[in-house]
Amino acid sequence: MTTTDRDETRSRDGLASQAVITAEIERIREEDARSVVPRTQPRIDFAPYRSSILRHPTKDLHQADPETIELASPVFGHQDVKPLEADLTIQQNGEPIGERIRISGRVLDGDGRPVRRQLVEIWQANAAGRYVHKRDQHPAPIDPNFTGAGRALTDDEGTYSFLTIKPGPYPWRNHRNAWRPAHVHFSIFGTEFTQRMITQMYFPGDPLFPLDPIYQSITDQHARDRLVAQYDHDSSEHEWLLGYRWDIVLTGSHATWTERDGGTDHV
Amino acid sequence: MSDDATAGALVPTPGQTVGPFFHFGLPYAGGESLVPTSHPGAVRLHGTVTDGHGDPIPDAMLEIWQADEQGNISTEPGSLSRDPYVFTGWGRAATDAAGHYRFTTVNPGATDEGSAPFISVCVVARGLLNRLFTRAYLPEDAASLAADPLLSSLDEERRPTLVGTREEGGALRFDVRLQGENETVFLQFPRHDA
Repeated sequence: MTTTDRDETRSRDGLASQAVITAEIERIREEDARSVVPRTQPRIDFAPYRSSILRHPTKDLHQADPETIELASPVFGHQDVKPLEADLTIQQNGEPIGERIRISGRVLDGDGRPVRRQLVEIWQANAAGRYVHKRDQHPAPIDPNFTGAGRALTDDEGTYSFLTIKPGPYPWRNHRNAWRPAHVHFSIFGTEFTQRMITQMYFPGDPLFPLDPIYQSITDQHARDRLVAQYDHDSSEHEWLLGYRWDIVLTGSHATWTERDGGTDHV
Repeated sequence: MSDDATAGALVPTPGQTVGPFFHFGLPYAGGESLVPTSHPGAVRLHGTVTDGHGDPIPDAMLEIWQADEQGNISTEPGSLSRDPYVFTGWGRAATDAAGHYRFTTVNPGATDEGSAPFISVCVVARGLLNRLFTRAYLPEDAASLAADPLLSSLDEERRPTLVGTREEGGALRFDVRLQGENETVFLQFPRHDA
């Protein structure tokens, strides 16, 4: 694309149009589709997400074997997380506005083992797409009965469960008329610090998926699908809430990996 | 999830950026204090997170995870509730408006005989599409640093990005440069996909 082309697709505020962003997304996706091994993680070098341009390392990540501290993980307990923190609908005095939902699932490691009694944190916008954050200037109403942050510990099966409100999509200034698909931010710990992960969970069938450069930074469709929860009628509750299910898989632990490869057992 | 199963392994869920609005969800009171400032071994660990133009990043967050002064790894819960008498080894701090972060911690001891002590660091930020891992090594023990498998696998000019600087008064300075000149070395562990 020449500079002239680009200028014509820019609006007066200097932001690129959705068409420009979508064309960039598609070009990178086609490039990645030619590689033999599909990427399972987002590209950190992904210019359609404009804020990433100066904030990603340009050198390759350096291969390293984890050391003893990296093979362990911080431990969280009931003094850290109260059971009521998993209910985002009771943090204020009244009922928050919006669709009441339950998001539940399991945290597993890459070998399919449940991650037990470990910390899961979430934060999200309210039903109108507004965050309780001083930097969020979107002129949508703040809900005095909804803060939008929660914590839980997984149980012995690795299961977590949050009661919350379905967040709304919201506009941002990545490009002209840019809207984030509705999402809930998740922060997850594993049994090793190398498994630490921060991500976003999306809702099925969102029409904004093809337009969003953050979601599309994962260039493989199967990998992108792993961030989308499933509507789960069995966890919906009669005259009360709708259920969504989302399982999270962390990278494989190195303890099993070294055993399998005949290496030393670090644990 | 059975379609993901290959030889008993599941495909990891992709990461995503922490975004701009994490401050009401992740940072918490006491997150930066692994020990109280009154602790006899208290050390200030601090630095600036910068972008490819060298500009500070005011919406980044660091987590640190480390052994205690004797090299023992804590298995104590309580990082969020912060009993000042219990060392949990983990902390979390967002950068301020000047891109600066700070922790109060102790110098970690060697976890293994002769190994170079370091603090494990996980970095997230708005604009950064996946979390990054790095290490902040203590600068003192030249012999163990020279023998460290990671440091010795790096070009000489990149090695210093992983070694903290000891300041007057004992503070440890560790800057994180996401891109550009003296870009910090970030790590990829086995079993991690790109």
